[in-house]
Amino acid sequence: MGHALYQVGLAGAMIVVAGTAFAASSPSDPLNSVMWEALRDQYFAGAPVVFDDAVRVNAPAAAEDTRAVPVSVDATALGHVVEMVAIADLNPFPLVLRYQPGTAAPYIATRIKIQQATAVRGAARTADGVWHVSGVMVDAAGGGCSAPPASYAQKDWADHVGEVQARLWPADTDGVARLRLRIRHPNDTGLVDGIPAYFVETLQVEAQSPGGSAELAKIDSLEPVSENPVYSLDVRPPPDATALVLRGRDNQGGEIRATIPIPPPGALPAMRPAMSVKPADQPWSVGQ
Amino acid sequence: MSMPLLRRLALTTAFAVALMAGAATGSARAAGPLTYDLKPTRIAPDTYVFEGSTKHFTRANGGNILNSGFIVTADGVIVIQTGPSRRYGEEMRAAIRKVTEKPIRKVFISNLHPDYWLGSQAFADVPIAALPGTIAGIQEEGSGIADNMYRLVGDWMRGTEVTVPTEPVYGSTVKFGDHRLRLIPLSGHTAADLMILDETTGVLFAGGVVFCDRTPTTPHATIADWLKELDAVDGLDIRLLVPNHGHIRPDKACVAQTRDWLTWLDGTLRHAVDSGLDMAEALELPIPERFEVLDVLREEYRRSVAHLWPKIEQAALPRVN
Repeated sequence: MGHALYQVGLAGAMIVVAGTAFAASSPSDPLNSVMWEALRDQYFAGAPVVFDDAVRVNAPAAAEDTRAVPVSVDATALGHVVEMVAIADLNPFPLVLRYQPGTAAPYIATRIKIQQATAVRGAARTADGVWHVSGVMVDAAGGGCSAPPASYAQKDWADHVGEVQARLWPADTDGVARLRLRIRHPNDTGLVDGIPAYFVETLQVEAQSPGGSAELAKIDSLEPVSENPVYSLDVRPPPDATALVLRGRDNQGGEIRATIPIPPPGALPAMRPAMSVKPADQPWSVGQ
Repeated sequence: MSMPLLRRLALTTAFAVALMAGAATGSARAAGPLTYDLKPTRIAPDTYVFEGSTKHFTRANGGNILNSGFIVTADGVIVIQTGPSRRYGEEMRAAIRKVTEKPIRKVFISNLHPDYWLGSQAFADVPIAALPGTIAGIQEEGSGIADNMYRLVGDWMRGTEVTVPTEPVYGSTVKFGDHRLRLIPLSGHTAADLMILDETTGVLFAGGVVFCDRTPTTPHATIADWLKELDAVDGLDIRLLVPNHGHIRPDKACVAQTRDWLTWLDGTLRHAVDSGLDMAEALELPIPERFEVLDVLREEYRRSVAHLWPKIEQAALPRVN
């Protein structure tokens, strides 16, 4: 299997070299990662790749908790995007996820494990087949991928796997609605002695309407996504949607299914990062 | 086969770098071992503080970002916090010796964070007192905390090993010579915070409960409890407040400053979670100008997002299956 894929990748690369000489002029990595060329060949095999700041990757310069480093990839500046990936170069499993935004805005945010200081990349493939890549360096104390999940400290953890918390915010004037998901799952990498890999592999979001259901977006996720994975997506539910449905599966066949209600009338669309929060002396209640 | 070559290359490179470093820095800085150059400041009768930087742990400051202290009593010297490394503890002990010939009577450690206790190796021959929760925390997390300090400040940590406090203490008033020390156990900044009020001089060693012109740190914090700790400080009759991080002041202005920051931080993150912002986006939220007096502001804010956001989010999101 792996060998066959490798051959396909090689063949693809040769076609590109012969056809356009693109690979030969493939730009050098602005982050100077030792893994870049290998990862480029593995995950973008043969496809044209450009480094493009239109893809915005947001992650802290230093990982405070290597088991859950917040990362967002925003490719909305590119317009229509077919597929997105997130990669942590020096992780034992570099590929974090593949995202097919479908009708959603090309934006995804989650939390990832980081095994050591590494480049963290986001890439977006536009309809012309070009991968637009960007990234940031994240410093880290290390060990995020090989740390045992905290889940197992609770004796009844297995009773709660697959529980979903979610909230949909109303669509803004562009029809984009923020969706936040949190799934109870150990999302185990398999790197802890004697514990097999156990993680959520697929998630898809559908809209239910009187006329039927339609897929809005799809995530293929891998080991580096944090325990109890959290996602923020910007979906476009049809105006007549009565609910969203989340369907998913982990690598041991465990199913995930949840129905996410449409926000109540009068609720406000999600805050955008560009907006500032309310005035700072707002008397919020604290510590509840 | 290739190993010897690699090793030779590494050695050659190291030698070249050392030569270049020597040439670049000249004789003024290149020679001599690392030193914290600790000099005690007398802040009250019999009472001294080693004032540290208000920055984060760096290879330049060697982790000296705290205000450790000591009280010279007729019954011996009371040491409060031992610093971030064995080297710090040893230098501290030597500097105390220059002030007094009296023996060290006891060491107090206010919480489990690295700069409070990693110098305790230098005081292994005297009782090292801490709250039971601090002792348990150091037993559980101490080695990870020490590893991270080696990563952050490097060679300053050489020879530092985890030294667990030996004596559990509780809320009480203890007398050393003519100094009455009130031991005040609290929780909020960490699960076990020990403040020490010298009733004789009115000096409060507030540990991590109060920060002054330095952004508070939250890796083990429960904000609602921390705010109650600040209320407790407000109720004390004191003449001088020594925060572990930041400036020493004769008033309680920094109790209000710490409260202001924590209230803003907690309220802002709750509001952001409720408004649909993602955690990665929250790292960049604007911080009001009035907090610019706090050192390492954006860095500590981002660390606090990592510490506080996941729990707030977990509590706020509704179950849907």
